[in-house]
Amino acid sequence: MTGTDAQPSVAGEDDRSRMNMIQAINSAMDVTMGRDPAVMVMGEDVGYFGGVFRATAGLQKKYGAARAFDTPITEIGIIGVAIGMAAYGLRPVPEIQFADYIYPALDQLVSEAARLRYRSAGEFTAPITVRSPYGGGIFGGQTHSQSPEGIFTHVSGIKTVIPSNPYDAKGLLIAAIEDNDPVLFLEPKRIYNGPFDGHWDRPARNWSQHPDALVPEGHYRVELGQARTVRAGEAVTVLCYGTMVHVVLAAVAEAGVDADVIDLRTLVPLDIEAIEASVRRTGRCMVVHEATRTGGFGAELAALVQERCFYHLEAPVERVTGFDTPYPHSLEWAYFPGPVRLAQALKKIMKD
Amino acid sequence: MPQPVRANLPPLALHVPEPRFRPGDAADFTEVTVPPAGSGRRPDPVEAAAGFPELAYGLVRVLDENGRAVGPWDPRLSPDTLRRILRAMALTRAFDERMFRAQRQGKTSFYMKSTGEEAVAVAATFALDRDDMCFPSYRQQGILIARDYPLVDMMNQIYSNTADKLGGKQLPIMYSAKDYGFFSISGNLATQYPQAVGWAMASAARGDTRISAVWCGEGSTAEGDFHSACTFASVYRAPVVMNVVNNQWAISSFSGFAGAEATTFAARGVGYGIASLRVDGNDALAVYAATAWAAERARLNAGPTLIEHFTYRAEGHSTSDDPSQYRSADEATAWPLGDPVRRLKDHLIALGEWDEERHAAQDKELAEFVRAQQKAAEANGILGHGLHQPLDSLFDGVFEDMPWHLKEQRQQMLDEEAASGRPWARKPA
Repeated sequence: MTGTDAQPSVAGEDDRSRMNMIQAINSAMDVTMGRDPAVMVMGEDVGYFGGVFRATAGLQKKYGAARAFDTPITEIGIIGVAIGMAAYGLRPVPEIQFADYIYPALDQLVSEAARLRYRSAGEFTAPITVRSPYGGGIFGGQTHSQSPEGIFTHVSGIKTVIPSNPYDAKGLLIAAIEDNDPVLFLEPKRIYNGPFDGHWDRPARNWSQHPDALVPEGHYRVELGQARTVRAGEAVTVLCYGTMVHVVLAAVAEAGVDADVIDLRTLVPLDIEAIEASVRRTGRCMVVHEATRTGGFGAELAALVQERCFYHLEAPVERVTGFDTPYPHSLEWAYFPGPVRLAQALKKIMKD
Repeated sequence: MPQPVRANLPPLALHVPEPRFRPGDAADFTEVTVPPAGSGRRPDPVEAAAGFPELAYGLVRVLDENGRAVGPWDPRLSPDTLRRILRAMALTRAFDERMFRAQRQGKTSFYMKSTGEEAVAVAATFALDRDDMCFPSYRQQGILIARDYPLVDMMNQIYSNTADKLGGKQLPIMYSAKDYGFFSISGNLATQYPQAVGWAMASAARGDTRISAVWCGEGSTAEGDFHSACTFASVYRAPVVMNVVNNQWAISSFSGFAGAEATTFAARGVGYGIASLRVDGNDALAVYAATAWAAERARLNAGPTLIEHFTYRAEGHSTSDDPSQYRSADEATAWPLGDPVRRLKDHLIALGEWDEERHAAQDKELAEFVRAQQKAAEANGILGHGLHQPLDSLFDGVFEDMPWHLKEQRQQMLDEEAASGRPWARKPA
């Protein structure tokens, strides 16, 4: 699976340190760049400054400007150039500064990166990992808050990965960079600095107390396509990813529901076995995402669950999502699928 | 219609470009400025682009009306090289004729000729190194032919037959030939432009010596990809030769819809600070010379070059197109820059290195060669005869490893095959 000629992993239990999501993501790039000279990072403000979220801080100084550099403000160019570099034999990790800005690059991602292997019968491939902060809850308004994952999960030939904590972020990003197919790596920016339970009116927390913030300094992989049960339960299966993992955990605790909460981690390829096993056991399924509702990835999850687990279901599959509106600025907490929306959905699905 | 808000101001008028000649009109290109061959200076390949903006508005020409090579851009090629270029151009034309006919005979779904534009691909390829990477559009089959790619493999791809190296996964003529320095053709326009720049940047970043070259049509210069590529190429001084094939027509849209009424396409590069040359695209020596100059510039780390090849699409856009519906039938013959094959032939004859009899004999030999290759390709099947690719190959290559959902869908397809009662071919075990 891994396409690099990298050295074997050397991380041990004793070299863990506490990292937030940014530090973990930075460490993933540092580790892969150190092991494989083909890995390089690029994007707007990525080089000297180290990224507007600091995810690439220090990489230019350590690896030189030819492997970590700023780019012009053209997403078509960033992705198109990355594909060409990949065709040459490099393993680029381009950053799109906000997922809201990825649309100019859609053609390069959908028609080029995702199809290059297929259309050339494997002569050329595009092993690029496109990193991009996504999601709301930071008063980013309609241009710094969107969750476009459903656009990309609809495309054949590209993988979509979304971590929910520092440990996964590093291990998944390393696996993504080492993967020989294009990967869209969406980073939930609301939880860059700390987990978020959906209660926007409470003080923000950092990662210092969270068990998944203990991250090995060296190389390790969290394999793509594997979900993780973050809370084992018997009453209802909740499928979620990114920021919503933490919001869901808080909501089920507050509701006192014995939920089986599954962090999908990778949307394509999806860990269908984990989903089926859980839903067959609980008989109920709720799918949660922050993205808009209609045609979202939650619709795919709901369809899969009813196709595969229909006779185990005791209630209709429940969807908890953002609304089908642009992401509002001042009313973002009315838009956000927070504690109230989750509590009502939990109540509804547990009623039958 | 709404009334103008201010009656004291003249009403605004929208300009919609219109070509000068439509079906039934007599084409007259006397308004096209054709400077004499040999005019225009040849800068040192490392000179700063700001020193020669006039070359973006002129026309680099080497071959004059008498078939002589003149002026500072004369690449002084040996007669042997000239004959090899002529042969590759003539072979490209013969190949196009044969494959166009094959499509008309129902042997494949689609074909695109490059008639009249052979120099743009063939002569440029001769000026590049064999391991330089080409990112073509869909009308540069001359690159593969100039690099001696087997015609039978091109035809196998056109027929999507059992020997198609792309496994029937791509539209005819969208070749991919990595070993020949030929990037997979997309079909989406100008997407290859930033990719070629990225390849060149990677080569530079790794301290390699190879450069890249890329082609698109004048119509596709309107795409954002073109401009993103120019920005990146300029910013990082990427070792890339960027070719715009201005063949006057983008399907039925004349070059005015890409901006030709206002300026040249080479002039696009001036604003980016890219060395920009406008070249007689029907003059194989001018194309060769400009490409060699740009390649040398790239290899000396002096940055990219944008070359507009001023030429004419002598045939339809594709087999799905009928140009008699939108342009004057006279245009190809009235084109002031002549035919690239004939002009190179006349040059060799003027040098005393070729004659009409040899040329006629070569045309005959090439036609027979193409016919023999076609026969060999058709032994592997033609598209019209159906189901050449193993059914279970349909899902191969979406990802390196097939995920469960594709495995399930593949099984569904195999079940449908069983239900249809019509067994399909399978991959060898």
